[in-house]
Amino acid sequence: MTTPPAPRTGPLLEINNLTKRFGGVVALDAITFSIDEGDIIGLIGPNGAGKTTLFNCVTGVLRPNAGQVRFGRQTMESVVGLAPHEIVECGIARTFQNIRVFAGMSVLENVLVGTYPRTQTGLLGAALGTASARHEQRWAHDRAMGLLELVGLHERAEESAAALPFGWQRRLEIARALASDPALLFLDEPAAGLNPVEKQRLLELISQLRANGLTILLIEHDMQVVMPMSDRVVVLDYGKKIAEGSPKVIQQDARVIEAYLGAPRA
Amino acid sequence: MKSGTATDRLSRSTGNQWLSPISPWLVMLIGALALPILHPNVYHLDVLTTALLYALLALGLNIIVGLTGLLHLGYAAFFAIGAYTYGLMNLHWGCPFWVGWIPAGIVAGIAGACLGLPALRVRGDYLAIVTLGFGEIVRIGVTNLDRWTGGPNGLIGVAHPHLWVPGIGDWDFGVESAPYYYLVCLTTAVVAAVCVRLSRSRIGRAWIAIREDEVAAACAGVPVLQLKLLAQACGGAIAGVAGAIFAAKQGAITPDSFDFILSVMILAMVVLGGLGSIRGAIVGALVLGCLPEVLRGFDRFRMLVFGAAMILVIRLRPHGLFGGFERRIRITPHAQPATPSGRA
Ligand SMILES: Nc1ncnc2c1ncn2[C@@H]1O[C@H](COP(=O)(O)OP(=O)(O)OP(=O)(O)O)[C@@H](O)[C@H]1O
Ligand SMILES: [Mg+2]
Repeated sequence: MTTPPAPRTGPLLEINNLTKRFGGVVALDAITFSIDEGDIIGLIGPNGAGKTTLFNCVTGVLRPNAGQVRFGRQTMESVVGLAPHEIVECGIARTFQNIRVFAGMSVLENVLVGTYPRTQTGLLGAALGTASARHEQRWAHDRAMGLLELVGLHERAEESAAALPFGWQRRLEIARALASDPALLFLDEPAAGLNPVEKQRLLELISQLRANGLTILLIEHDMQVVMPMSDRVVVLDYGKKIAEGSPKVIQQDARVIEAYLGAPRA
Repeated sequence: MKSGTATDRLSRSTGNQWLSPISPWLVMLIGALALPILHPNVYHLDVLTTALLYALLALGLNIIVGLTGLLHLGYAAFFAIGAYTYGLMNLHWGCPFWVGWIPAGIVAGIAGACLGLPALRVRGDYLAIVTLGFGEIVRIGVTNLDRWTGGPNGLIGVAHPHLWVPGIGDWDFGVESAPYYYLVCLTTAVVAAVCVRLSRSRIGRAWIAIREDEVAAACAGVPVLQLKLLAQACGGAIAGVAGAIFAAKQGAITPDSFDFILSVMILAMVVLGGLGSIRGAIVGALVLGCLPEVLRGFDRFRMLVFGAAMILVIRLRPHGLFGGFERRIRITPHAQPATPSGRA
């Protein structure tokens, strides 16, 4: 494992007693953990454990019933109650478990949408096509093309996003999330449905992102992806955090093995 | 270098596009402007003027329904608000048309945003019902507030536009056809150009993103509510300006010019042209605006043929004439301004 270049300055995200109920179902039950800057945290747990719900509560898609989420490099600010786009502006971006690319747009346009929070052109500038609007447009375009190159999609920039193969759409989602220049990236099962070659390229991409100083929270079922990538692993089961620690420790934790990794090894 | 060629191709196609989509438009515009001279038929000009006014409305509704994906069934209300704003300002304060169209657009735009605030909490079918209700409330309100709006009799004696022409002096558009044709033609051209630019800007892309997937758009950093309100306001303002032109042209307006059927017709034009397509909105409006006149020969069966034609088009082109990813105007930004030398 390469050590990240950015100096660790303490937690970037703090989740405290986060609770979410759907009627009688307690999808998140007083979850507490934090993410240090520069780390990759693996978030694992059986189906229905509440992993995606945790993403939704932190990114503002769902409103938690209780608990705090605080985020920031210098000063930690509460992000609970903010709208999703405000949380993106703070520096948290995400992908989705069920791919949600903008099907009616080109690959490039998908990423350009992601630059929205980092651009300013207003209605008048856009309508009149002012010099500053065009300048910003070029900047966004260059940035988007750079990100497409990073994920290996630059040659298909003008194609319809809907026409991309499944695995490529996942990469497109990552590029779109990166376009907002986040400090923290949430990936919801990025390896699901990928073939071994695509999986390998994804691992390389994630390593590269970390080398660039990005902090990542990674939901993943594939142990061959999570265990080597993560600095620490958090395990959820029925909405509760049942374990947290280094991949080595987690692989030997009796409760985790019972709940998730399957029967005890012979 | 493989990657180089792809980027090159991209920047070339996007670089030229600042000019390329304009030129065919320019040819069409010049053709349209020459028409009254080449073919001075008053009846044809009147039909075209009405169709172009529909095109203006379709461009506005296209922002709301086509780009942002908000189904709106009461769009005629904004048209009414613009018409009455100019009409009342003219009758009470003698406000000339060249000034009055501005408040007409602003008031209708504000009405759009105000309707948006409560209405955008609901989605899909429910939004359609709320907007339908809004359209009816405005029409019925205008009919019943007879102290101010003249009730069912409407406003009479709204001034036509005047121009000061060198050599002639003050020239009233009156009931002639050509001046209104030119007025509507130029307004539509300007609004279309603005729409093209908007749709290729970050704002237009954010609108389309909301249409495609609201949650994903929000998580990509798009302020969804704000942009929905902006779309409603822009769409409303365009209809408001169209309303002012309509009032100035007719010289009299009554509430039944702004009924539900008009809202549905404009929506049909946008759908026929292809949701989100600016060419589509214009062509759809021209086709549906002129078709009833073209079909006069069918006499009683006119509307039957009209309906059958609509069904046929939608059967053959489910995304409308210019809808769908492949057919729409590319909404990619220009990369580099095309250098005069070119980089072949
Ligand atoms: N919007 C919702 N409404 C009602 N219940 C929900 C909703 N979203 C999730 N749940 C429930 O909350 C629990 C946790 O779901 P969640 O999607 O977070 O699990 P997960 O850990 O992501 O599982 P998977 O590995 O299958 O993706 C499940 O019981 C699910 O049925
Ligand atoms: Mg999940």
